[in-house]
Amino acid sequence: MKKLLRFLRNYKKELVFGPFFKLLEAIFELIVPVVMADIIDKGIANNDSSYIIKKIIIIVILGVCGLAFALTCQYLAAKCAYGFGTELREALYKHINSLSHSSVDRIGTASLVNRLTNDTNTVQDGVNRFIRLAVRAPFLVIGAAVMAVTIDLKLSLIFFIAAPLISAIIFFIMRKTIPMYKETQQKLDRAALLTRENIEGTRVIRAFSRQQEEIDEFNKAVDDISVSSIAVGKISAILNPASFMIMNLGIVAILWFGGVRIDSGSLTQGELTAFTNYMTQILLALVALANLVVIFTKSFASANRVSEIFDILPEENGTAIPEKNSGNIIEFRNVSFRYDGAGDNSVDGISFTLKRGEMLGIIGGTGSGKSTMASLIPCFYRATNGEVIVSGKNVNECDVDSLRRIIGLVPQKAVLFTGTVRDNMKWRNENATDDEIISALKTAQAWEFVEKMPDKLDTYIAQGGRNLSGGQRQRISIARALVGKPEIIILDDSTSALDYATDLRLRKALRTDMADTTVIMISQRTTSIKDADKIIVMDDGNSVGIGTHNELLETCEVYHEIYQSQMNEKEGE
Amino acid sequence: MAKTIARIFTYAKPYILHFILTVIFALIGVSLSLTVPVYIGKAVDVCIGAGEVDFGELAEIAVILGIMVIASGFFQWLMSLCTNKLAFLTVRDLRADVFAKLERVPVKYIDKSTKGELTSRVINDIEIVSDGLLQGFTQFFSGIITIIGTLVFMMFINVKIALVVVILTPLSFIVASKITKASHDSYMKQSKMRGDMVSFAEEMAGNQKIVKAFVYDKRAEEKFSEINKKYGEIGIKATFFSSMTNPTTRFVNNLIYAAVGLMGAMGAIGSISFIGKMTVGNLSSFLAYSNQYTKPFNEISGVFAELQNAVASAQRVFNVLDEDEVSDDSDKKKLMDCNGEISFKNVCFSYNPETKLIQNFSLDVDSGQRIAIVGPTGCGKSTIINLLLRFYDIDSGQIVISGNNIMDISRDSLRNNFGMVLQETWVFTGTVAENISYGMPDATREQIIQAAKAVHAHGFIKRLANGYDTVISEDSGLSQGQKQLICIARIMLMNPPMLILDEATSSIDLRTEHRIQRAFTKLMQGKTSFIIAHRLSTIKHSDVILVMNSGNIIEQGNHKELMAQGGFYAELYNSQFES
Repeated sequence: MKKLLRFLRNYKKELVFGPFFKLLEAIFELIVPVVMADIIDKGIANNDSSYIIKKIIIIVILGVCGLAFALTCQYLAAKCAYGFGTELREALYKHINSLSHSSVDRIGTASLVNRLTNDTNTVQDGVNRFIRLAVRAPFLVIGAAVMAVTIDLKLSLIFFIAAPLISAIIFFIMRKTIPMYKETQQKLDRAALLTRENIEGTRVIRAFSRQQEEIDEFNKAVDDISVSSIAVGKISAILNPASFMIMNLGIVAILWFGGVRIDSGSLTQGELTAFTNYMTQILLALVALANLVVIFTKSFASANRVSEIFDILPEENGTAIPEKNSGNIIEFRNVSFRYDGAGDNSVDGISFTLKRGEMLGIIGGTGSGKSTMASLIPCFYRATNGEVIVSGKNVNECDVDSLRRIIGLVPQKAVLFTGTVRDNMKWRNENATDDEIISALKTAQAWEFVEKMPDKLDTYIAQGGRNLSGGQRQRISIARALVGKPEIIILDDSTSALDYATDLRLRKALRTDMADTTVIMISQRTTSIKDADKIIVMDDGNSVGIGTHNELLETCEVYHEIYQSQMNEKEGE
Repeated sequence: MAKTIARIFTYAKPYILHFILTVIFALIGVSLSLTVPVYIGKAVDVCIGAGEVDFGELAEIAVILGIMVIASGFFQWLMSLCTNKLAFLTVRDLRADVFAKLERVPVKYIDKSTKGELTSRVINDIEIVSDGLLQGFTQFFSGIITIIGTLVFMMFINVKIALVVVILTPLSFIVASKITKASHDSYMKQSKMRGDMVSFAEEMAGNQKIVKAFVYDKRAEEKFSEINKKYGEIGIKATFFSSMTNPTTRFVNNLIYAAVGLMGAMGAIGSISFIGKMTVGNLSSFLAYSNQYTKPFNEISGVFAELQNAVASAQRVFNVLDEDEVSDDSDKKKLMDCNGEISFKNVCFSYNPETKLIQNFSLDVDSGQRIAIVGPTGCGKSTIINLLLRFYDIDSGQIVISGNNIMDISRDSLRNNFGMVLQETWVFTGTVAENISYGMPDATREQIIQAAKAVHAHGFIKRLANGYDTVISEDSGLSQGQKQLICIARIMLMNPPMLILDEATSSIDLRTEHRIQRAFTKLMQGKTSFIIAHRLSTIKHSDVILVMNSGNIIEQGNHKELMAQGGFYAELYNSQFES
C-alpha cells in the first residue's frame, strides 16, 4: 500500500492545495447561514434595508469565491489523480514485463491485465475523490458542530446525540449489507456462467432437446438473484428514512429547547434558524461520508492488489552473452525442473548435447514434459538442478535478452497481434526489411496466401488474428520466428492446424532455407521428427530414449510403440 | 426511446400493484416531508424573543412536527420496499425471457454473434436496466413530487417570491446541461482512449510469455507509455469538466438562496410593498423550500444520464428479443423407429446467398454405413452436421431420413435420433454423472457407469476426487481428451441409431487418443455414422468419402475410387507418406 504513495511525489502541491481550496469552500458554505441569521436578527429586526442588501451581496460574494475555490480544487484533484495514475500504470507495466514466467504463471495473465487496467483506475479514482471529498465531508460535520457550539453550547448537545446516532445506523447497515451484496454478486456470476455455457453449447443442448430444462435451471438462478437483491434492498431501504427521521426529530428538539433558550434571552430567532440549517448540513455530510467509505474500501483493495505485483521480485538476470562458437550449441547436463508448488519434477535428469545446425526432435504424450524442457533453453524457467548451456554459457548467467534474441520461438498457440502482417513480422527484429520478411513467410509456407491478400504485407490483422484461419495464423506465427534467421528455432507442437501436405512442404523448406539454424521440433507424431539428427523420447518427465529414428526403433520400446500405432493408423489397422 | 420505456413497463405490468403503491407512498411520504419547513417556520415565529415564547403553541407545533416526520419517514421506507420489489422482479422476468429467447433463436444467430457480447446482454445490460429502474423510480418520482410540492407550498406563502424561484431554477438546469454537453466530447475521447489502453494491455500483458520470448518488452513499454500518456491527458480534461457540474449548480442554487433571502427580508420589513407582508418564520420556511426545490433538479439531471444508459441497455436487450425464432414444430410428426437410411436429393445450401457452397449434392446412405468427410482445416466440414440436425435449413432439395423428409418431422425428434460428438467438447458445470446423463436425466447410476465403461472413461473418472460426483466444468483441469470421452459416454448412454462424430485435431496424448478411437469404433457398431475425419484409418474403411474444399464437396466415392481418380484426395492421402 505504502509503496504506491511514491507515485504521488510529483503531485505534492496538488495534494496540499486541492483539499485546502475545498476547505475554503466549505468554510464559506458554513458562513452563509450565519449571515442569513444576521439578516433576520439585525436587518429585519431593525428594518434596515441597506444592511440587508449589504449582507445579501456578501452571500453572493461568498458564493462566487466558493465556486472559484471549488473549481480550483476539482482541477487540482483531476491533475493529481491522473498524473498519479499515469505514472503508476507505466511503472506497473514495466514491472510486469520484468517478471519471470513462474511469477506470471502464479498470478495468471488475466489477473495481471485486470490489475494493470481496472485496479489502477480504481486507485486513481480514489485519489481524485480523496482530494475532492475526504476533507470536505468530515470538515462540514465538525465545522457545523463547532459553529453550533459557538452559538449555544447547551443546545448543541442535540448535535452530539443525533450525529453519532446517524453514524451508527450507517455503520450497521453497511456492515450488514456488504456481505449480502457479495452474495448477490456470486449469484449473478452463476447466472453469467449458465448463460455462457448455454451459448457455447447451443448445438449440444438442441441436439439433446434440453432447451426447456436449461430455461428452468436459469429461471431458478434468476429467482435466486431477485430473492437476494430484495433482501439486501430491504435493509438498505432503512438508511434514508431513518436518518431523515433522526435529523428532523433533532430539529424538533432544537426548536423546543431553543424556544426555552430564547424565552430566557440567551438565543435569538435568527440563531435558531441557523441551528436548524446546520443540522441539515450535518446529515448530508454524513451520508456523503458513508459513500466515501465505500469508495475508499474499494480503492484500498485495488491498491493492495497493485502492490502485490510490485512486491514480486523481477526475473534474475546475468551478464554473460552467448557467443557464436563452432562446438555444441545446446547442452543439458543432468537437468531437472519442478514447477513452483508441484510435487514432482516435470523434467527429470535430462542430459544431451546438440551441435550447431542439427535438428532435435522431442516426442511424447501431453504432460510428458516436452514443452517444459524446451522452455528451459530461452531460460523462461530456470532448471532446479543441473545446467543448461547455450553457446558455451550457462543460461542462468546469461543476459536473458541477448539469449532470447538468438532464439526464434513458435508457441503452441498461434497468437498474432493487432496491426499489419508486417508489424507482426517485425517482432524479432524491428528493422527487418520486406525482403527478409517475405523470405521468412515463404519458408513458413505463408507467402502463398499473404501474397493473395489485397494488401499483402499491409493486411490488417485483428486482435488475436481472428480474421485468419487457424492454419494461416500458425504459418504466420512460424514465419515471425524465422525473421532474421535465429540461431535456434523452437517449434512447440506448432503445426497441428496444417494439413499433411503443407506440413511436409514446411519441413522441407526449413531444411533448405535455414540450414545453419538449430531446429528443436516438439511433436506428437513420428513423421514430423523422423529425420531429426537426434530424437528425445519423453515419458512422464523422463527421457526414455535418445538417438536417431532408426536407433530408437531398435532400442526404445516407447518410441517403437508410438511409431507402430501411428503406422497402423495410416495403413488402416 | 419512449417506445423502449413503454416496453420496459410492459415487463412491470404484473407488478402494477407495487407500481401504484410506489406512487401513492411517494406522494404521501414526500408531501408530509414538505410540511416540515412550514412547521419549523411556525415554530420560529412563536419564538419571538426573551419572555415572548408561547410554549403552549410551541409544544403543539413540536408534536405535530414529530408526527409528520415519523409518518413521512415511514412512508418513504414503504416506498423503497415497493420500488425494490418492482425493479428486481421486473428485471428477473426480463432476464428469464431473454435467456429463453436464446434457446429459440436459430443457431445462425448465435453463430454470428460474439459470445461474450451476448452473455453481457443477459447479465450486464440487464443489471444496468435494474439500476436505472431503481434510481428512476425512487429519485424520479420523489424528485418530481418534491418540485411540484415545494412550488405549491411556496405559492401559499408568497406567490411573487415563488415566481422568482421558478424563473431562476431553470438556470441551474441550463448550466448543468451546458457543462454536460461540453464534457461529453472529452468523455467520449476518454472512453475511447481507455478502450485502446485496455485492449493493448490485454494483448500484451495477456501474451506476456510471447512478448518476453521475442524481447519485445521495451517496444511494448514505449507503445504503452504513449497510449497511457494520452489517456492521462484526456482523463484530466474529462474528469475536470464532469466535476464542474456540482460546484456550478451549487453556485446557482446559492444565487437563488440569496435572491429569496433578499426578497423575503425586504418583504418582512415591508420596504417593498409589492412583495407583500412576510414573517421571519415565513422567510425561514421559504429558505428551506428554495433549498429543497433546487436539489431534485440536480438529482434528476444525474438520474437522467443513468436513465439514458438504462434505456440504451434495454434497447440492446430488446434487440435480442426481437430476433426471429425458429418455428414451433412440436405438432409435427415424430420420427419413430428410424432405420438409419439417409438420402440427400439435389441438396443446395449456402450460409449467405453471395457465396454458393453445396450445390446439387445427392447421396444415398444405407443403414449402418460409414461416411467420412475429409478436407483441409476450415473447409466447412461441419456444414453437414448443421444440415442433418437442422441447425441450418437447406435452400433447396431434400434430405430424407428413414422415409421422412426432415422438414416434415419435428426438430426435437429428428435430433433425438442422432448422437453428436463435436470437436469442441462441451461439458457444463455439474457432476460427471450429470454430464454423462445429460441426454437421459433419469438414467440410473448403473447405466451411467456402463456407458462410461464402454467408452473406457470409467478408469479416469474413478480416480477423480469424488468419482462420478466430482463437479467438473470447462476449465476444471480435465484434459481435452477426458472431456471428449465424457461427451462420447453421453452418446453411448442414449444409443441413437445415427451418429455424427467430429474427431479432435488438438493435441491429445496418445493413450487417450487410442481410447477415443476405440470408443468411437464401439459406438459405431451397426449405426449409420458420419465422421469428420482427421485420421487416415477412419477414412480408408469408410463406405463413402466426401472430400471438401472451401465449403464445397469436390469429390465423393470410396477410397479406391478416389485414389484411382488421382485428384485432390489422392494428393492429400499421398502427402502423408512422403517425408
